[in-house]
Amino acid sequence: MEFFPRVVFILPLFGINIPVTETVVVTWGIMAGLIIFGYVAGKNFERIPHGLQNVVEILYEGLEGLIKSTMGEGKDGFVPYIGTLAMFLAVANLIGLLTFRPPTADLSTTLTLAGITFVLTQYEGLKRKGVTGYIKGFFEPLPFMAPLNVIGQIANPFSMAFRLFGNILGGMIIMGLVYSVVPVLIPAPLHFYFDVFAGVLQTFIFIMLTMTFVTMAAD
Amino acid sequence: MSAIDGKALILAFSALGAGLAMIGTLGTGIGQGIAAGKAAEAVARQPDAQGDIIRTLLLGDAVAETSAIYCLIIALILIFANPLARLL
Repeated sequence: MEFFPRVVFILPLFGINIPVTETVVVTWGIMAGLIIFGYVAGKNFERIPHGLQNVVEILYEGLEGLIKSTMGEGKDGFVPYIGTLAMFLAVANLIGLLTFRPPTADLSTTLTLAGITFVLTQYEGLKRKGVTGYIKGFFEPLPFMAPLNVIGQIANPFSMAFRLFGNILGGMIIMGLVYSVVPVLIPAPLHFYFDVFAGVLQTFIFIMLTMTFVTMAAD
Repeated sequence: MSAIDGKALILAFSALGAGLAMIGTLGTGIGQGIAAGKAAEAVARQPDAQGDIIRTLLLGDAVAETSAIYCLIIALILIFANPLARLL
């Protein structure tokens, strides 16, 4: 239940020793797992699906339906990004069950993901409204509210990052405390709440907030 | 009685501060309870819209939870990564 991720090994690169933390190693593992899963599941698609293809199609259609109902029609271009985010976050939050440290319990991971969403939001706003419309958007509803709007925009990625980080790290620390008091039997059902329920819920909330912010920026 | 050194004092008050910071989650608990109650009312009035209501409830709860998460993070920083202990 350490607050900071453990340094697994030190990577000497161009004379600088870069400490590689548990977060990075577990993230690499998740990336490798997801890439292998994507390759195996998408290798030979058939007209009549069977086996693994059924599972993949259910996942894809569920996600597409969620995006369509949240963002409206004609937003299929966001399916790959939101899908990747959902898959990575779901696996990252649930990997605590396999005794690994969840990468989302590190502020670097969550801030990076929230930063990507922030850039996407601003880009979408610029693209949909044009430069003048985008700048004008900050002076609405009243001109003197511009500083408030700017702060509001900048605060969004931070609140997203801290929400995910706090939830996962908080769950991890509470589980660590419970394990140090009663190591057997009692902690098992608690994993359902702190790992499974909180992990899936935070994944859902992160992608829902991403979709909401992008939709709000576009109109 | 031996004199208390500065570091012990800082650690003790940091632990107290971490506990006090978590009082801030009180409001979030009440707010989320009110939201959940309203959602239950809405489902009772319009059972067809259950999916939409639950989704709106979760999103609203997530935003309302932000202040509680900030309290939690302040408490965690005070306990695990205390910036004040380094000042001595």
